[in-house]
Amino acid sequence: MVDRSAIGRSFSPVHASVEPGRLRYFFNTLGERNPIYRDAEAAKAAGYAAIPIPPTYLFCLEMMDAEKPFEFLEALQIDLARVLHGEQRFSYHAPVVVGDTLTFRSQVSDVVDKKAGALTIVNVATEVTNQHGHKVAEAVRSIIIRN
Amino acid sequence: MSLQAKNIAVGDRIVNKTFPPISRHTLALYCGASGDHNPIHVDLDFAKKAGFDDVFAHGMLVMAYLGQALTDAVAPGAIRSFSTRFAAITQLGTQLTCEGDVAELFEAMGEKRVRLSLTAKNEKGEIKLAGEAVIAV
Repeated sequence: MVDRSAIGRSFSPVHASVEPGRLRYFFNTLGERNPIYRDAEAAKAAGYAAIPIPPTYLFCLEMMDAEKPFEFLEALQIDLARVLHGEQRFSYHAPVVVGDTLTFRSQVSDVVDKKAGALTIVNVATEVTNQHGHKVAEAVRSIIIRN
Repeated sequence: MSLQAKNIAVGDRIVNKTFPPISRHTLALYCGASGDHNPIHVDLDFAKKAGFDDVFAHGMLVMAYLGQALTDAVAPGAIRSFSTRFAAITQLGTQLTCEGDVAELFEAMGEKRVRLSLTAKNEKGEIKLAGEAVIAV
């Protein structure tokens, strides 16, 4: 079982590229028709350097380009089949657009037992920087483990 | 696309979109498109072994639909934060309605901001995701 000794554990940084084809596939999956996301000219007219990513896509980029997408689960010996996503938070500091390359650095920020140990909540905080070294976003995912 | 502070009042519904039912095909596509290859969302045998009756939607797929409804109403670059709690598992066939109401108008970091209270509900009105977004206006 994961306990509070895991707080502060960090994982391999993930370097991810915002590729137009993969992003289009994401939009097609979701039936996205917003011209800002579908047409580079519309995105530029709206003030973006290129097509911007949608609000949850940072989560996907990190998983797609990670060598081991479930590294933190493996490192903490958490069974994937016992895991549910409890909460997800993003704070955004600058737009991320097609062509950007991002670095994700994650660490365990909290571990809490719930329901007399029947559930454990693990929070993983991620800082996202771009190719210019600017912090573009922070994310926190909260994972529920069914013990 | 761009919200004007003077035209917004607490209680206004700014976000409102209904999506097609979530199919197995959607889950398979999202598995690839998102990089989240957790088999629990696409492999019935794995889901059953884990104690579920069937595969179910990725929470982040539902949050992506909520995000789409949000950016139908506001520019992606105006979103300062976006957070959700995954209140209940979203089953196959669910037809999501995503809504967002103005909860607060305030100023921070030298700009006017709006706090939106967000939900994603199924066709029976049961809340699957609840959260909020802060938008610069």
